[in-house]
Amino acid sequence: MQQLSYFELVGFGPNGWGWALLTAAGMTIAVAICGFLAGTVVGTFVAWGKIGGNLVIRSLADGYTTVLRGIPDLLVIYLFYFGGSAALGAIGSLFGADGFIGVPAFVTGALAIGIISGAYQAEVFRGAYQVVSRGEIEAARSVGMHRWLMFRRIIAPQVLRYAIPGLGNTWQLVLKESALISVTGLVELLRQSHIAAGSTRRPFDFYLTAAVLYLLITWVSTYLFQRAETHSMRGMRRAS
Amino acid sequence: MDFAFMRDTFLTLIGGVPLTLNLAFMAVGLGAILALLLALMRISGLKVLNWPAQAYVFVFRGTPLLVQIFLIYYGLGQFRPTLQEWGLWVFFREPYWCAVFALTLNTAAYASEIIRGGLQSVPHNQVEAARACGMSGFLLFRRIVFPIAVRQALPAYGSEIILMVKATSLASIITMMEITGLAAKLISQSFRAVEVFVVAGLIYLVLNFIITRIIMAIEWWLSPHLRRPPAVEPRLEAAHV
Repeated sequence: MQQLSYFELVGFGPNGWGWALLTAAGMTIAVAICGFLAGTVVGTFVAWGKIGGNLVIRSLADGYTTVLRGIPDLLVIYLFYFGGSAALGAIGSLFGADGFIGVPAFVTGALAIGIISGAYQAEVFRGAYQVVSRGEIEAARSVGMHRWLMFRRIIAPQVLRYAIPGLGNTWQLVLKESALISVTGLVELLRQSHIAAGSTRRPFDFYLTAAVLYLLITWVSTYLFQRAETHSMRGMRRAS
Repeated sequence: MDFAFMRDTFLTLIGGVPLTLNLAFMAVGLGAILALLLALMRISGLKVLNWPAQAYVFVFRGTPLLVQIFLIYYGLGQFRPTLQEWGLWVFFREPYWCAVFALTLNTAAYASEIIRGGLQSVPHNQVEAARACGMSGFLLFRRIVFPIAVRQALPAYGSEIILMVKATSLASIITMMEITGLAAKLISQSFRAVEVFVVAGLIYLVLNFIITRIIMAIEWWLSPHLRRPPAVEPRLEAAHV
């Protein structure tokens, strides 16, 4: 068998892995987006706990962010991967179901990423909240807005505006973390490259392609976050 | 919670600590040298030097560390005959050296930005004052620019070291049995994910706590000018005059 050229190998021809790699890149983006959004939900509540909670809630929230930022992400992914199935199996046995219940790798991955990035996003939101001027919140209260309305109309829009750069950084982290999900068997970009590398014996070519695709995704998302930042700041007067 | 099991887990996992620290310190140490070079290239003002350094940082910060590890550990196997010819295969054959190499290249990219920030934060008047005293070139760098830059960059560098300790866990995927590798093995043998996770997590937290404290101590030691001056004994004889 003759050696395929690099472009035949990663192209879209009969022997090419192009479509498989692109689909896998789509999977990477999908799991990263789901994880990121889960992290936004977690992060919002944790930030709320840090800002407005009583002593117990505040220390719980602080403990959560400290622990999740101090241990390796891979460990958390293992916990969700192995622990999730064990927990589901235990719940299943209560209802009479027998044996091993597997959690879909996509759900495990998105949840693990959500829990990890939630810790980072909580810090981003907390920092952004502190920039929102106290006067605005007092003004909102003085016109009779209650909590939810004030959160929706005054706090959330401004916090989001200030949080965009920080969220951009977190998104980059999430994107790179999503490569770790490959250990659970989810066929995302790195896993697909691994499979392709194994079956063609051309590991360098495929990992290089994966690296280029990751760079491309990073590059496009940096651009999008920059656009979002300029858009959200369009009404603000900047110093300098 | 089964405490006997947790004690056994702890005793097993503690055996992975030396390898974790070994990988982290090798990478941070070698990475710091490369990072300083990259940072100097970035601020040199020469396009030929600036451009490659910028590209390097973009590539290594924009791709996942695991991809870099795979590219080195599995990928370079594709060039085995060439590497054997150059005598480098003994090096790239070992997962340990591949992990150290990948972690070093990765941390150098992040650290070079931190060092660059530190170097650029050195106040210009300090440099001018040093020049007025007749310092220039390497002496100026060694005595004035570098110490101030290190002081500025240290807090950020501290978090980079913590990130590296966490990143060593990826070496477990290429068969290195450090803390996470041992933990994964234990979980797959015992199916008690929560207990093993708690113990392994605690070990990492303690390691990172100690490292943070050491960095804080160095920071304190490097910034005597920010501390309150020691209380001077009042001169009693003056009061009697």
